Amino acid sequence: MRSKKRLLAICQNGLLAVYSVFALFPLIWMVLLTFKSDAQMFDTAFVFTPTLENYKAVLLRTDYLRYFCDSVIVSFGAVLISILAGVPAAYALARYDFKKKENVAFQILSFKFAPEILVVLPLFMIYQKIGLYDTYLGLIWVYQLITMPLLIWVVRGYFEDISVEIEHAAQVDGYFWWQIFLKTLVPLIKPGLVSSALLAFIFAWNSFTFPLQLAGIKVEPVTVAALKYLASDTVHYGQMAVAATISALPAIIFALLIQKHLVRGLSFGAVKG
Amino acid sequence: MIPVVPKKKVGDADNINAPPLSARIRPYLIVAPALIITIGIMIPFAMAIYYSLTSYSFRLPDYSFVGLRNWIRMFQAPEFWRAVWVTLRYASFSTGIEMLLGLGIALLLGNLNNRFSRIMRVALIFPLMVAPVIATIIWQLMLNSSVGIVEKFLNVFGVYNFPWAASHSTAMMTAVMIDVWVNCPFIIVLILAGLQSLPKSPFESAKIDGGSAWFNFRKLTLPMLKPYIYIALLFRLMAALQEFSIIFALTKGGPGDTLMNISITAYNTGFQFNKFGASLPYILFLWVVIYILAKQIAQRWQAAQRQASGKSIDERGEAG
Repeated sequence: MRSKKRLLAICQNGLLAVYSVFALFPLIWMVLLTFKSDAQMFDTAFVFTPTLENYKAVLLRTDYLRYFCDSVIVSFGAVLISILAGVPAAYALARYDFKKKENVAFQILSFKFAPEILVVLPLFMIYQKIGLYDTYLGLIWVYQLITMPLLIWVVRGYFEDISVEIEHAAQVDGYFWWQIFLKTLVPLIKPGLVSSALLAFIFAWNSFTFPLQLAGIKVEPVTVAALKYLASDTVHYGQMAVAATISALPAIIFALLIQKHLVRGLSFGAVKG
Repeated sequence: MIPVVPKKKVGDADNINAPPLSARIRPYLIVAPALIITIGIMIPFAMAIYYSLTSYSFRLPDYSFVGLRNWIRMFQAPEFWRAVWVTLRYASFSTGIEMLLGLGIALLLGNLNNRFSRIMRVALIFPLMVAPVIATIIWQLMLNSSVGIVEKFLNVFGVYNFPWAASHSTAMMTAVMIDVWVNCPFIIVLILAGLQSLPKSPFESAKIDGGSAWFNFRKLTLPMLKPYIYIALLFRLMAALQEFSIIFALTKGGPGDTLMNISITAYNTGFQFNKFGASLPYILFLWVVIYILAKQIAQRWQAAQRQASGKSIDERGEAG
């Protein structure tokens, strides 16, 4: 009985290990490649003399830093606007009982499921007409389809978790509704707000379909730019790996920071976790 | 005369006293900015319907109203049905594998409570945070026939130059594999949260009754996990039906039309062949399908959630 149990545990650990290799080895391999010179790329696997040449080449001799900054500006801008407009909306959807409330909430959620190409095709035309094509503002605006539903739905859930009594108490103390909002509620939802903002940032950062068609000359996020390293005639695999590594890094760091709230964010508040 | 008493709604946050007009419209005012920002960007949806009835092209200055011609041509075109077939295959393979694998790994993680599994609970999320495009680049580096580690590994077994994305027969498998790599952690995370929220008492009484592990899983775990499974399915299936980034970065739909799903076909028709009007019916069709499916799954999720919460409350009541 005991040995059977041990065998089962070994099997379970083994299966988990197999999947872990599948999930994590590509990332480790990618990081390894960044330290390999072009010459060693072809005939070595794990033993080689590490070099920083690829990093120097990508960061100093290409426009990669500019792409990186573009990604930062666009993603940060998108999240900021979503917070300013979305947090009050989330509050209203959590607290007030108004007509068509659930319709409004579902309308906002439905943006999440709309095919991105459907937005991109007509928007390409509109943006060129009104001068938003290939601008920061244009991308920040269209990114609202990614960041706003996430923020509103997740933050709404956190507001719903706060007892109404707290607000009543603040009301009795003579605060105005917006004072109650800023001084008592916002501090309470802060962890949830920060984590959903970071997750929204990751999603905006990883967006590809929107910037592929709606920008790409003056404004070019890393996701779109990374493909260039793949398509160029002289393939420098090491530089490709550097481009991929640096662009994946912020998202992975942020994900580590928000672990506890990740499930809630990923499921838009449907799973409280 | 009978004094008119204004009807009050009870339960609102600050409706303790009679709400003046300003308080009644306040919620709408608060929601308005968010709605304006997002609806502004939704104007394209309405425009898409209109332009699907025209011969609009990005190159030509004029266009004409052509009625349902674009729609009829689409339904007659073999490439449309081909795209539907590719979309369905891609979505069902990737979602199906992700659900089964994700459920399995989540059960393993929930069952094992050693240091290894605790580290993996965190580390396994990493692929999900990598942009699908970047993930595709990473896998192209892995599978590359001259520098890829997978090639070197396969050489040991005497397999040389496995074609991966370059061949008709293996391109779909390759794309699905990348999709699974990126998105399986999503299922794992959700199901694991579900497992951790399960009430303990039914499992304890099942232990006394001496049910087998498989019986417990089928009769207890799975039914109570249902809401989590539906949510996972909803998010994954809707995304897989419209997958664009992975396929675009991998082969742009090739080789030939092997990976031309509806999104890629619409993109090519609109931007490569400049037939904007003709590209829109494809994507509008996809939108309708996704919308209907999403509603169906969301309804099931709500029903499952009601059932599960009812059940667990009963059982908690018995235990207490």
